[in-house]
Amino acid sequence: MARPANLKYTPSHEWVRVEGDVATVGITDYAVEQLSDLAFVDLPEKGEKLEKDSRFGEIESTKSVSDLIAPVSGEVVEVNTEVIESLQLISSSPFDAGWMIRIRMSNPGELESLLSAEAYTEHLKTEEH
Amino acid sequence: MTTTQLAQTCLASEHRALGAAMVDFNGWEMPIRYGSIPEEHQKVRLSAGLFDLCHMGRLEVTGPDAAKWVQSVITNDYDAMAPGDARYTLIVNEGGTIIDDAIVYKLPDSVFLVVNASNRLAVIDWMEAHKGAPDSRLNAALTDRSKDLAMIAIQGPQSIRILPSCVERTDKPLDEMRYYSITAAQVLGKHAWIARTGYTGEDGFEVYLDAEDAPALWRQVLEVGGNRIAPIGLGARDTLRLEAGMPLYGHELDLSTDPFEAGLGFAVKLEKPVPFVGQEALRQRKAAGPSRRLTGFRVSSKRVARQGMKILGPAGEAGAVTSGAPSPTLGAPIAMGYLKTGLKPEELSALKVDIRGNEEALEVVPLPFYSRTRKKK
Repeated sequence: MARPANLKYTPSHEWVRVEGDVATVGITDYAVEQLSDLAFVDLPEKGEKLEKDSRFGEIESTKSVSDLIAPVSGEVVEVNTEVIESLQLISSSPFDAGWMIRIRMSNPGELESLLSAEAYTEHLKTEEH
Repeated sequence: MTTTQLAQTCLASEHRALGAAMVDFNGWEMPIRYGSIPEEHQKVRLSAGLFDLCHMGRLEVTGPDAAKWVQSVITNDYDAMAPGDARYTLIVNEGGTIIDDAIVYKLPDSVFLVVNASNRLAVIDWMEAHKGAPDSRLNAALTDRSKDLAMIAIQGPQSIRILPSCVERTDKPLDEMRYYSITAAQVLGKHAWIARTGYTGEDGFEVYLDAEDAPALWRQVLEVGGNRIAPIGLGARDTLRLEAGMPLYGHELDLSTDPFEAGLGFAVKLEKPVPFVGQEALRQRKAAGPSRRLTGFRVSSKRVARQGMKILGPAGEAGAVTSGAPSPTLGAPIAMGYLKTGLKPEELSALKVDIRGNEEALEVVPLPFYSRTRKKK
């Protein structure tokens, strides 16, 4: 699966697509592969205020539960309720139909600290050892 | 890069070649999955799966007093077994609580005990410490066969169609073997044992063979089985046994549990004519009745209830979860846990489990969750 070059990434395997002051957030192909079989996802409510690096939800697989970490601060303006019912959207289409939340950013400067696709791929190499 | 200190089974390179995700299981590097856990699970339910079980403990007891020794430490009745029988049993301490659960096999010249990987050393120590009074030690020897004898399981309805062509000879034809029996066999030119036992709730066989030959048998079974069989990791092994309502030491069983609260009274023969360690304590516990009972649950949400999570009733804490996982067969998360006895029907229908701060409703479900003899489809 090609990892989109136009997205930003976090070391905790979230991706961010920026359109104006809205950031769309999901988890990467690597996260999906590590989790393997998705059982449940817990997402925040519209209107919730998130702080960068705080936990915004969790995703559960057969063997584990992982926190979802907010890559930027802001207000949740949209939640992809489809993935809650159809977890397979996350596995089959993590960068597209499997998106999770949209945040109206309160501090777009936070984007600077996120990883490029290349830097994220490099980061994965260190995780595998 | 770090150096692994984990023990490797004789099949470790097979798992790596198959791309398995490996984990530390009681000091052994074992495959948790090769691909998708629910897919591996369904493969066993519908067709066949192959398991590396070399991490488990395999103990052989020999000598004139072998049977007497084993009979004095297990809860089931060894003397009532016929040659070639296999039985599920517990080993309990003087207080009647569980040191391990095991399968005991009556072989022609020895007693064969298969124990949990986590308890192998504890069982050996326990048995050696209970070998008769100092002035009348039993004439028997316990040999740990776990290194030289490998253990491979094939489980699932297609097992009986795949294994026979991988085995040169068996004393008892595989398709005539009763469930819970063992036969001598010849596998890859050497003597081996094949038992019709398993931990999945399906028909299947567990093969005990020279560790040297395990990789060759592993590959042969996969080749002969073709698309009817797949290698299965510990992840699916756990969801399979959970659906079958089978306990796992360290979860449903431990040193604070007795057989009766775990629903394992069938493996305790209090009236067997030979005294065994824990007999008196078990008699008392049985007479007193359990204060909690192992119960099956279905979670009314998609969140998975897991070991340690508290079970809450209208009047407060009512128990705790011992194991939980998504059930591929039931399509919902299932769990086993201890529930205090004496709850009223209206309390039993209002139970909740605390899953990381979220209270989800629990439905009490009879065990086992799945039984191959009750299959409707």
